[in-house]
Amino acid sequence: MINIWEVEETNRMVAEENLDIRTITIGISLLSCMDENVDTVCENIYKKITTVAKDLYKAGSEIEKEYGIPIVNKRISVTPIGIVGASSCKTKEDFVKIAKTLDRCAKELNVNFIGGFSALVQEGMTDSDKLLIESIPLAMKETEFVCSSVNLGSTKDGINMDAVKLMGEVIKETAFLTKDTDSLGCAKLVVFCNAPDNNPFMAGAFHGVSGAESIINVGISGPGVVNTALKSVRGADFETLCETIKKTALKITRAGQLVAKTASKKLNIPFGIVDLSLAPTPAVGDSVADILCEIGLEKAGAPGTTAALALLNDQVKKGGVMASSYVGGLSGAFIPVSEDRGMIDAAECGALTLEKLEAMTCVCSVGLDMIAIPGDTPASTISGIIADEAAIGMVNQKTTAVRLIPAYGKKVGDTVLFGGLLGYAPIMPVNKYSCEAFVNRTGRIPAPIHSFKN
Amino acid sequence: MEKVIITVVGKDTVGIIAKVCTYLSEKNINILDISQTIVQDYFNMMMVCDLSKSSEEFAGVQEALDNIGKDIGVEIKCQKAEIFEMMHRV
Repeated sequence: MINIWEVEETNRMVAEENLDIRTITIGISLLSCMDENVDTVCENIYKKITTVAKDLYKAGSEIEKEYGIPIVNKRISVTPIGIVGASSCKTKEDFVKIAKTLDRCAKELNVNFIGGFSALVQEGMTDSDKLLIESIPLAMKETEFVCSSVNLGSTKDGINMDAVKLMGEVIKETAFLTKDTDSLGCAKLVVFCNAPDNNPFMAGAFHGVSGAESIINVGISGPGVVNTALKSVRGADFETLCETIKKTALKITRAGQLVAKTASKKLNIPFGIVDLSLAPTPAVGDSVADILCEIGLEKAGAPGTTAALALLNDQVKKGGVMASSYVGGLSGAFIPVSEDRGMIDAAECGALTLEKLEAMTCVCSVGLDMIAIPGDTPASTISGIIADEAAIGMVNQKTTAVRLIPAYGKKVGDTVLFGGLLGYAPIMPVNKYSCEAFVNRTGRIPAPIHSFKN
Repeated sequence: MEKVIITVVGKDTVGIIAKVCTYLSEKNINILDISQTIVQDYFNMMMVCDLSKSSEEFAGVQEALDNIGKDIGVEIKCQKAEIFEMMHRV
């Protein structure tokens, strides 16, 4: 029988250490909504999403009450709109129309983000993919809850450098069009290499084309819980350190597994995966950077950071994998800058640089995430950063992503403020030397060889 | 069996257990286990109960206990036991 100490431990994790389920995300296939007429497509999409996900908010709230564990976000991901809109969208405005429909669904269903305004272009862009990508800045301006992602590289296909170049320009334009809100549009736009199609986290969630009609994916959280557990083993050897992270990850993930199964039952939608990610928030004590400090660094970004993050990421996976019957998505430690108070501090005092963050992305689950850079950063430089990050993902057979905010009109020393889960960020300096001639070459970087590993 | 865990945390006072148990018995809720500690005048109690024969639904029990807690000045939580079983038992 469960004892009083175990009950107290769980409730303390929730009350004091920010344990929560970060998101329940319903993935919905929109392939059945396709038509030649864009208005019909919009109508089909609205009907399908508001039918399939109509009880999402209610079910999430019920689960919160029953188990006493907060579920911070209820979200929806859909089939990449670049595919759904292929036969109906003839102009950028047509794609924006679909984005607005998605936004309306999010409002109606009380979900805080809807992801899938996306294109998968790792091998090449169809006319419709290109049109969708070009419509992103306007779509981000005109909508509140829609998230957009573009997958432009993979280990099997190489990197589509035409898309890399285009995305540098799209990110800049998005920053300009949403300049009144500190270029907030860029916080809802991410580029990927090796994007997983069952990721429940935003901004990169979309419902894979090989997925079922609808699916429940759950993203867990819990940096605060890991941090508190590590405080009790301060100064201990690496074996003890790793065992502690593993055991904590197991407990957190078990909560995620239960929530996923319960949500699946309540909504009568199959359970997809649990994403084992340590997802920070700007709240005090809910920081991945603080864990790195607890492991033994003065600040995130200090020498040793990459190694500490590598072990953290690996132990989270080792502990979590046994706790859930299906693991997927991004699974690992997230290192967004603006969403993590410890990261913000480290960036502000100069301990953490863009280059160090790039190194960190080689060993953790995502990439250069929520990093504000000067508004006058050239589009080609942004494309260069994207290409670097995509190369890391391509060669190392892992997911990498870039979510940069070239905040319009801001320079190093300024701050951008997004509020809520998206937090705030100091503008970080970017290498001033140009990569324009590199980015202007057209075509694709071929897929890497996977023998002769060095 | 519909197992729930009821926890009471707050400043110790007369009749906390009595009030909770009276309510549970009125609703035909069986108590399977009780444990209790007092640390620095703070009362900490946990009950394992079975709601399968209860005349009240889970949400109703949760609300009623919350109100009883507010009357006495302690915090009473009612959660389904599965969350603890999942987290602490493999």
